[in-house]
Amino acid sequence: MKKMMCLLALAGLTASAAHAQKSAAVQAIEEYRAMLADGNPAELFEAKGEDLWKQKRGPKNASLQQCDLGQGPGVTKGAFVTLPRYFADTDKVQDLESRLLSCMENLQGFDAAEIAKTPFGKGEQNNVTALATWIAAESRDMTFNLPQVHAKEQIAYEVGKRLFFQRGGAHDFSCASCHGAENLRIRMQDLPNLTKNPGDGIGFAAWPAYRVSNGQMWGMQLRLNDCYRQQRFPYPGFASDATVALGVYLGVNSHGSKSIAPALKR
Amino acid sequence: MADPMRIRAKAENGKVTVRVLMSHEMESGQRKDSAGKVIPAWHINEVAASLNGKVVMTADWGPAVSKNPFLQFNVKGGKAGDKVAITWKDTKGDSRTDEATVS
Repeated sequence: MKKMMCLLALAGLTASAAHAQKSAAVQAIEEYRAMLADGNPAELFEAKGEDLWKQKRGPKNASLQQCDLGQGPGVTKGAFVTLPRYFADTDKVQDLESRLLSCMENLQGFDAAEIAKTPFGKGEQNNVTALATWIAAESRDMTFNLPQVHAKEQIAYEVGKRLFFQRGGAHDFSCASCHGAENLRIRMQDLPNLTKNPGDGIGFAAWPAYRVSNGQMWGMQLRLNDCYRQQRFPYPGFASDATVALGVYLGVNSHGSKSIAPALKR
Repeated sequence: MADPMRIRAKAENGKVTVRVLMSHEMESGQRKDSAGKVIPAWHINEVAASLNGKVVMTADWGPAVSKNPFLQFNVKGGKAGDKVAITWKDTKGDSRTDEATVS
């Protein structure tokens, strides 16, 4: 019996040592990120986005300065932390990127469907990402406060929740497989639990972000579509109702959390 | 035409700390595209920094520098109000110069 107790104690010791080791590794990664954050290349995309917002472009040769992101035409400050939300003119719940597409179509005369079909990182898609980066940066350090007043906003939340838990694809994965519990990780990457509020600057509150590993700027749409890719599930598509609904679910869950976007990712 | 750089320069204790973010693909020439063909090298190979028009640093860069590179260096003797200018040239002969004021 005594021997057994001893063994148990030993087991407890190694477990806590392993835990301490892990947090040291996590600390080292955080230190590395802090070093990189000083020169976050997302700033380059912010500058580009700000320029694009004011530039006269498209078939109608107009700027986006009359674009209504939910706070009135042309108001960019604080818009990001209330998106996705319902817009009366399009009669749809839209997130930042799908709303930008509407503005680019209505104000500048671009073909929104054409841009949505363009692969990520090509042509006008790059401009949408840069615009999203700048508008997100305009709300840096503000807290998420998505409206859940309109019936369509409430429906989008419920749809997003179901999509989050819906399993499918070759591996029978759902979003919740990776983001539905505490202390999960993929290799060294900690995975936030997105079924509740993950805290300031985590999950929904960290995108758009610059990915150091591939040198790309990613908006929330690309992030969500990439989650589906990792699930071995077909892309729902850029600015699709499915990705917007997921955005509503994640955004409402993040209520009260601070946005650090545009962030820096591994 | 390349996208602009972001330059921040701060004077402290008799030296100026300059931080520069450059927007560049920095293609190493080692990668292959989806068709298996080598993507030709295309990166910045010359960087020059000047303080009030006087060159204070030059650098020769190779293909191992990351995409959208970040550069930080100190200059002795600078003060607030000075002008910092950074110029890069790449292997295609393209170049870009941006200027910032020391704060």
